[in-house]
Amino acid sequence: MDTFVQQLINGLTVGSIYALIALGYTMVYGILRLINFAHGDIYMLGAYAGYFIARWLGFAGEPSVAGLAVVLVGSMLAAALLGMAIERFAYRPVRKYARMTTLITAIGMSLLLENLSVVIFEGTPRAFPELLHNSTYRLFGNAAISKTQLLIFGVSIILMLLLQWIVYRTKVGTAMRAVSFNLNSAKLMGINTDAIIVFTFALGSALAAAGGVLTAQYNPTIYPLMGIITGLKAFVAAVLGGIGNIPGAVLGGLLIGAAETFVVGYGQLVGIPSTYRDAVAFAILILVLLFRPAGLLGTTVQEKV
Amino acid sequence: MLTLENISVGYGAIRALKGVSMRVEQGEVVTLIGANGAGKTTTLRTITGLLEPTEGRILFEGQEISGKPTHQLVARGISMSPEGRGVFANLTVRENLHMGAYLKKNKAEIAQDLERGFRMFPRLKERESQKAGTLSGGEQQMLAMARALMSRPRLLLLDEPSLGLAPLVVHTIFEAIDEIRGEGTTILLVEQNAHAALKHSDRAYVLETGRIVMEGPSKELAADPRIKEAYLGE
Repeated sequence: MDTFVQQLINGLTVGSIYALIALGYTMVYGILRLINFAHGDIYMLGAYAGYFIARWLGFAGEPSVAGLAVVLVGSMLAAALLGMAIERFAYRPVRKYARMTTLITAIGMSLLLENLSVVIFEGTPRAFPELLHNSTYRLFGNAAISKTQLLIFGVSIILMLLLQWIVYRTKVGTAMRAVSFNLNSAKLMGINTDAIIVFTFALGSALAAAGGVLTAQYNPTIYPLMGIITGLKAFVAAVLGGIGNIPGAVLGGLLIGAAETFVVGYGQLVGIPSTYRDAVAFAILILVLLFRPAGLLGTTVQEKV
Repeated sequence: MLTLENISVGYGAIRALKGVSMRVEQGEVVTLIGANGAGKTTTLRTITGLLEPTEGRILFEGQEISGKPTHQLVARGISMSPEGRGVFANLTVRENLHMGAYLKKNKAEIAQDLERGFRMFPRLKERESQKAGTLSGGEQQMLAMARALMSRPRLLLLDEPSLGLAPLVVHTIFEAIDEIRGEGTTILLVEQNAHAALKHSDRAYVLETGRIVMEGPSKELAADPRIKEAYLGE
């Protein structure tokens, strides 16, 4: 029992990170019908932004809550600006062409960010500083939860509630939903749709950066290609939940995180070696595409004519 | 108020409008009638900046507006209830109406306009918190019109407001058009239902394959034998 609970906690920790990243995929898809393949790299750059902010401002040596908050918010802002720049200079100019053109631009942007990062930050992994003294709290038996895990849950939940509030309770959020349903109708309302699209990229990128910094607290090695596999898994999470669906992205992220941890924990019992960890997400992707292409929470809105 | 000078619009190699000139004066209801594919919707989409003319220019209240982004035209006082209604099916009726007032800052005025929309179409009040996607076609049309009025337009463009609706609902829609004009809003109405459109407008233009072929006071056109034969089925 305690092993099961422990696996579940670990799985949900990883899952929360996937969920944060998946939200960006799903929001951009909802609004532009674009899979932003560079999104995983924004997560990576968010982690690097956090690394440099921590070092420059001297939070690397002495862990503190204030330092953690500054690093987290700072990296989210940096990523938001990056996301806005990518939208403005890479995606907007090609938006008027076929959707495939934008998709290929996204793949190119991903490769550019990865390789540029290898050049600038060097390929060698860096050790991300500990921003909060970690300690472990025993729950029962052998099951325990660490301060870092609590931090990841806490920050993720706050950010998701904040996002929920923005999307469903504010004017700009209503405009986002309007744009995602019908771009031209939204323009006719007087909505500057370009501004809404840029805002969506900023929001998604900030969440990815938060995921990057949080991951680096859990698993403190960052490297320029860290966004590839995590980004792909988060994408699968978004598809599993129903791409374009915000609660779906959260659910998908948590499920993928849990599934992959359980395969590592219990896989041997049924003959699946723990090295199959990374394959889990993709096996799920294939199953979703075969049996429920709209995803778990994805529905197509019936429009009466 | 609105002037189109020699407007041409093309979709790729196809020219949908070939030198269309027309004007709408302050306080008028002008209708644009014509068969399917004549270019009626294209005309409205061009006026609202969703399409860019390849030739000609559009003036609104004396200023050239061709090429300006749609959201700026809404700010200047043009609003449209688009073809197919274009309601946000994923938003509630109330949220749809609030989107119509997107550029408005004054909360009291927005609340007032919301009430006015509900007075004009009481059905919308009953369905206030429902998702717009669950409304019937007639209710969606009412919502599209009420929403277009939320920006307090000086010029209202209506694209096929009666398309596919039951006769009783068509009646409600045209009553609303009369009411809106009574409040002093200028209207450009695109319709396939030429009979009702001519009855409820001051002047009319007839569009055929991208060109204006006839124009004049609606009463005269309604009595014209060519119009009777081609559009009124008499």
